[in-house]
Amino acid sequence: MTGAPLIEVEDLRIDLDDGSRRVAAAEGVSFRISRGETFGLVGESGCGKSITALALIGLLRPPLSIGAGVIRFDGKEIQHLSAARQRDLRGDRIAMIFQEPMTALNPVSPVGRQIAEMFVLHKGKSWREANRLAVEALASVRVPAPERRVNDYPHQLSGGMRQRVMIAIALACGPDLLIADEPTTALDVTVQAEIIELMRNLCAERGTAILMISHDLGLVANVCRRVAVMYAGRIVEERGSADIFRKPSHPYTQGLVDSLPRLGSRAALGRSRLKEIAGVVPAITSFPDGCRFNPRCVHATDICRTIVPETDLLEAGGLVRCHHHA
Amino acid sequence: MKLRANLVIGGALFALAIAVGLLAPWLAHTDPVLDANLMNAEEPPSWTWWFGTDDQGRDIYSRVVYGARVSLTVGIVSQLINSVIGVALGLSAGYWGGWWDDVVNALTNLMLAIPSLIFALAIMAVLGPGLTSLLIALGLTNWSFTCRIARASALSLRNQGYVQAATVLGYGDFRIMITQLLPNMLGPIVVIGTLGMGSAVLSEAALSFLGLGVRPPFPSWGSMLSDARDQITTAPWLSVFPGLAIFLTVLGLNLLGDGLRDILDPQSRSRRT
Repeated sequence: MTGAPLIEVEDLRIDLDDGSRRVAAAEGVSFRISRGETFGLVGESGCGKSITALALIGLLRPPLSIGAGVIRFDGKEIQHLSAARQRDLRGDRIAMIFQEPMTALNPVSPVGRQIAEMFVLHKGKSWREANRLAVEALASVRVPAPERRVNDYPHQLSGGMRQRVMIAIALACGPDLLIADEPTTALDVTVQAEIIELMRNLCAERGTAILMISHDLGLVANVCRRVAVMYAGRIVEERGSADIFRKPSHPYTQGLVDSLPRLGSRAALGRSRLKEIAGVVPAITSFPDGCRFNPRCVHATDICRTIVPETDLLEAGGLVRCHHHA
Repeated sequence: MKLRANLVIGGALFALAIAVGLLAPWLAHTDPVLDANLMNAEEPPSWTWWFGTDDQGRDIYSRVVYGARVSLTVGIVSQLINSVIGVALGLSAGYWGGWWDDVVNALTNLMLAIPSLIFALAIMAVLGPGLTSLLIALGLTNWSFTCRIARASALSLRNQGYVQAATVLGYGDFRIMITQLLPNMLGPIVVIGTLGMGSAVLSEAALSFLGLGVRPPFPSWGSMLSDARDQITTAPWLSVFPGLAIFLTVLGLNLLGDGLRDILDPQSRSRRT
């Protein structure tokens, strides 16, 4: 890891209050992202990756709340900042783009105005100046004829164009961290590649760190330098993205990697069954004791059913949370 | 093309009513109050007296023209007050929820439970007759529908992706309400607003008819109707023309509201172009 971390999450626990009791929707979540780094957070639906992102930008709403842990952004703890201070961070220094470019833009406002508003809101620019910057921002995300497009309403743009506009809005104020929550799930595969490429290039140019959240291990490993895999509210493995495919350490990661079809493999050719992970993700209210993956794990022993594994440092670099890791 | 027609006709009727009100001194043939002449009492409509004259010999045409000022002032101003109150309460209640929502809901239910005209009558009874109290009375009693609509829109809009995106991008609560929620609910609010203007014109007529509106001898359409009811069989023009003025204004406002709704929706706007 190079330089001081931009964002540092330590032992974060997110509580879910269902009225009668509190359960931890995520716990022991720790990771750090350096300036300009690309970091991926992978996991199934409900594993806690999206709420972790919401916690970072201070937008957890009841019944969810931060139970314990520290979030440090640029050296300062931000988890207890006032609502107004957190709001100043959002959009200006930490930006986020969403899964659904269809609904993430205001339908009654021209897209140029929506970009310009960011400059007015966070940089105190005049509307005149902001409108000029909006055209530049639109040009930077390679929208053709930006000086005409700024007057378009979101419904006049295609899905890919809208996601470009979202990226332009998110990067308008030159944030230090861009959180991308499934940024391309709703797009065609060809458009997906373009958008990812665009996002990666823009962030590299400006030194913006990316926290990418997805269920698509392949996509994340492709974009990010490091990847953390989450399962049932805990990070089970964190590795360099090349290592995670070559030599996954946690049985869950192994299962994930094995379940991806590979071009030319027997499974892809239809000659053998694609491997799967037996069982289902446990419900948030009934996480098993010990290692939460133990009911589905082929290597599980008694210790896995009783004692929560600590995070171990791997010799090859990386972290894993398993009693029996290779 | 039907969509355009209601906008054009409604807009034209409303614009006509406003123009008549503004240009009353030039359009009127006589002074609506002072030019009484018992020699001309109860003349039927003719080339000299377009709409006829009343029992004091005043020109009905001139009185209808001047009456537009009162009716439109009441309609526009009181509905503006209603819209501002209704939107402010409904929007904030829907967006914030919680105890504030409960308070606003209770207040709205209270307003809906009491017939607004009765409530306005009560306020008028306290404030006394006159234009200002008319504006206050009607402005405070008809915001419940606007409030309901604003609240319902805010409830559904606050979960929209772009509202959440705005939160993530660092917008404050008020900025979200003004820039994200308000423009998206403006369509129904404007429609309700123009319909409300129409009903405010009618309420003004009703209150003036009951003698609580503008003080005689100054004309308003409602008080003219009120004065004319004794002579409705002998001199029907006394009630027909103010009634027609009310009818056309309210019709115009309703058509306008309809037409505005169609063009305020950006989706349908581009479909047409």
